[in-house]
Amino acid sequence: MLHNLSIGELAEQLAAKKISSVELARHFLARIERFNPALNAVITLTAEAALAAATAADRRLAAGETGPLLGIPLIHKDIFCTDGVRTSAGSRMLDNFVAPYDATVVARLKAAGAVMLGKANMDEFAMGSSNETSYYGPVKNPWDTAKVPGGSSGGSAAAMAARLAPYTTGTDTGGSIRQPAALTGITGVKPTYGRVSRYGMIAFASSLDQAGVFARSAADAAPVLQAISGFDPLDSTSVDAPVPDYSAMLGAPLKGLKIGLLREFFEGLEPRNAALIHDALKVYTSLGATTVEVSLPHLPMSVPTYYVVAPAEASSNLSRFDGVRFGYRCEAPKDLADLYKRSRGEGFGPEVKRRIMTGTYVLSAGYFDAYYLKAQKVRRLITDEFRAAFEKVDLLIGPTTPTPAFDIGSKIDDPVTMYLNDIYTIGANLAGLPGLSMPCGYVDNLPMGLQLIGPHFSEGKLLNAAHQFQQSTEWHKHAPRGYE
Amino acid sequence: MSDWEVVIGLEIHAQLATRSKIFSSAATAYGAPPNTQASLVDLAYPGTLPVLNAEAVRMAVKFGLAVGATIAPRSVFARKNYFYPDLPKGYQISQYELPVVARGTLSVMLDDGVTKTIGITRAHLEEDAGKSLHEGLAHASGIDLNRAGTPLLEIVSEPDMRSAKEAVAYMKKIHTLVRYLEICDGNMQEGSFRCDANVSVRPRGQEKLGTRAEIKNLNSFRFVEKAINFEIARQIDVIDGGGKVVQETRLYDSDKDETRSMRSKEEANDYRYFPDPDLLPVYIDEGFIATVRSTLPELPDEKAARFARELGLSVYDAGVLSASRELGAYFEAVVAELGAANAKLAANWVMGELSSALNRDNVEITASRVSPTALRGLLARIVDATISGKIAKDVFEAMWTEGKAADDIIEAKGLKQITDSGAIEGVIDAIMAANPKQLADYRSGKDKLFGFFVGQVMKATGGKANPGQLNDLLKAKLGSSS
Repeated sequence: MLHNLSIGELAEQLAAKKISSVELARHFLARIERFNPALNAVITLTAEAALAAATAADRRLAAGETGPLLGIPLIHKDIFCTDGVRTSAGSRMLDNFVAPYDATVVARLKAAGAVMLGKANMDEFAMGSSNETSYYGPVKNPWDTAKVPGGSSGGSAAAMAARLAPYTTGTDTGGSIRQPAALTGITGVKPTYGRVSRYGMIAFASSLDQAGVFARSAADAAPVLQAISGFDPLDSTSVDAPVPDYSAMLGAPLKGLKIGLLREFFEGLEPRNAALIHDALKVYTSLGATTVEVSLPHLPMSVPTYYVVAPAEASSNLSRFDGVRFGYRCEAPKDLADLYKRSRGEGFGPEVKRRIMTGTYVLSAGYFDAYYLKAQKVRRLITDEFRAAFEKVDLLIGPTTPTPAFDIGSKIDDPVTMYLNDIYTIGANLAGLPGLSMPCGYVDNLPMGLQLIGPHFSEGKLLNAAHQFQQSTEWHKHAPRGYE
Repeated sequence: MSDWEVVIGLEIHAQLATRSKIFSSAATAYGAPPNTQASLVDLAYPGTLPVLNAEAVRMAVKFGLAVGATIAPRSVFARKNYFYPDLPKGYQISQYELPVVARGTLSVMLDDGVTKTIGITRAHLEEDAGKSLHEGLAHASGIDLNRAGTPLLEIVSEPDMRSAKEAVAYMKKIHTLVRYLEICDGNMQEGSFRCDANVSVRPRGQEKLGTRAEIKNLNSFRFVEKAINFEIARQIDVIDGGGKVVQETRLYDSDKDETRSMRSKEEANDYRYFPDPDLLPVYIDEGFIATVRSTLPELPDEKAARFARELGLSVYDAGVLSASRELGAYFEAVVAELGAANAKLAANWVMGELSSALNRDNVEITASRVSPTALRGLLARIVDATISGKIAKDVFEAMWTEGKAADDIIEAKGLKQITDSGAIEGVIDAIMAANPKQLADYRSGKDKLFGFFVGQVMKATGGKANPGQLNDLLKAKLGSSS
């Protein structure tokens, strides 16, 4: 079936005219129609535009043009602005917002001939670890629809796991690609901060946000990451460094690879989870890698550090949603203060409000030094410790999440427990490092993720390390029952 | 009644003359229809990001070098958070802890001729907000975001000024400087150059500063002076009446000539400044500074010193003629061929007749109806004694209204000075013959009648007799008034 083919296989079939882009789009649109009502992963379907884009791609293919993504469908996380298409960020605030321009990620994929099928559900403004904070309702995990898919890119992850598209996009501020990838049994890549332009990506926490990819395998993720990476003059924090050919890097043997095991990740790790990681490490040692324990003493501080820095930036980033120029505006405001209070009070959900209040507090006169400044210092320490670790090892391997997918509704009223879901993923965001999660087995019949973290701009090495693992294992080939 | 000392510091906002905005590619031109010069970045659309305009940084550095300040090798943009409809992002991007320019000085000449040095604490880059429009809209406010994102250089002085006059002198000097540097058009009516004044009073001799009030958004030199003087009197009244000055922001109402409280310290916003994560720190190296330094023009003080040294002008004249780059250039163009020996004559004419005409008709010097070449042509006729200074004033007026060259007017109106001794003597003889009584009186000792004869000859020659020559010849003819 088409939805079980890899991106490389799809590209080959398109090039060989065995299938058309329109057929491919129709196939996936049909799957969305069939499966999405139970999953709620896709919140905007752009079938007509998709078929038009597919037709255009078919013309390019007919003219002899080829490309790794030409004519291949995808679903964008609804945090990326898409010209002429509602871009909601999962919020009532932007329920009526039709973006007047394309995000750089969207524009680059468009240019590569990608065919957008629709937009994926997400936690409101990417704030959440379960996709329960969305204005459009929770996303269900295809492995068990009573469970969350993770968040904030839960719609993108669930859609990918259910084979509703050959790949999907996401963003990762504290784990929002890797954690849902782990909980839905797929491969998710969060590149180095600055590798992919943030222009047109609705900001949550500017110094942490980074766009990335969900795919079935590292080999599938490589050409997508390739297409979206690279300097963008519209984003001052994007880095002007050459983008290597990621797909071409997927053959290198792992002999001599030095893998670091973070002591802080393994202390107190649930035994079944630990066993899966150790099984994965055996695969790596069999491929010629060696392991060594390393320690980042300040890493346990990453969750509190993150929950100061991220809300601080968010509180300011979200000030533009004031009911004046775009987005939600309350009915019949009495005066300016009423316009602000009710537009924001009615337009934002509770988790967003919680973070705006936290962020406003930590930036306030009298608290700034104790919270924001202190958090920035810890962030620097964590970054330095990662840097020191990468002088000894090529990459770090550990768990992506403490537990498999949990029940919808089980943690939503307990923010701190919810926040601890990101305990293993936040460090890479604070240090701006690339990270990847891929499936490595099951706990309670639910997929678990193996996390790889590398030094800055080591995406190629990470993808290859994941690819070598996937060449020796079958986990990434598993689909949830009913979606095969 | 105590003896009070006034303490004033100014925060001057100079709009930088970049073509595009500080963080977007939208144009900065003034006067476009509302919201036609606001890009998605200026409108703070979701997902948009700021990109720093390097030209604004170059201009800030230029200013810093001109006031002998330190240029920060690393400066940081911060967000100043507050809600207002004309502030689309809900924060203003500004510089807070690490401004691009710090610790400069500016010397200012006061009315009594004394030069005073005013400290410049810092100058930082920031974006302007938009404008709220209330006129012509019933039960609604309009917002024009054309100005949002226009680059500003905020120049913060030390509290070094001791009177409203000093404050105005300082502000004028900054105004001169930014226009010299071509980093700001200085147009105060359009708001390109405006200031906030921090004013406090303290008993003379007391070291501790009094509580200050900040008067916002003063956009003319006259308002600055009046607002500060009102505020000084108000604060002294408050203290004399047993009250305490409260720290607050005040607005100046030019119609009523008074300041009014806008908000107190307690009501002030907590701006929650923090470094803007969308922008990288600005790194400025020595090479960049050297490049900018090489583009610095001759600065007003340097020009004034040169005028005094090379042209022998008084300190006052040199100061006036260097007060604007255009005026200085005009003056120099006039002097160029007349020669340094006639610099004082040129200075008098530029500061006198020319300035009056410009003021009277409200014309910029760059659009003067008498060009430097034309004025030089006129002054050359004074120097070579073709016409007298008095006649020259009439010729100038004709030049101003008719736009012709001096020589053409002198020729057409027959204003050429009579320097032929014989001709002048002939007129003198005729006047003496016609006024025997006055002649007799003069010769019997009425000295004052000398002026009568000068007047008569001038009248008869239509003012064209060379005054020096006439004087000598008349003395000789009349003989002594023994």
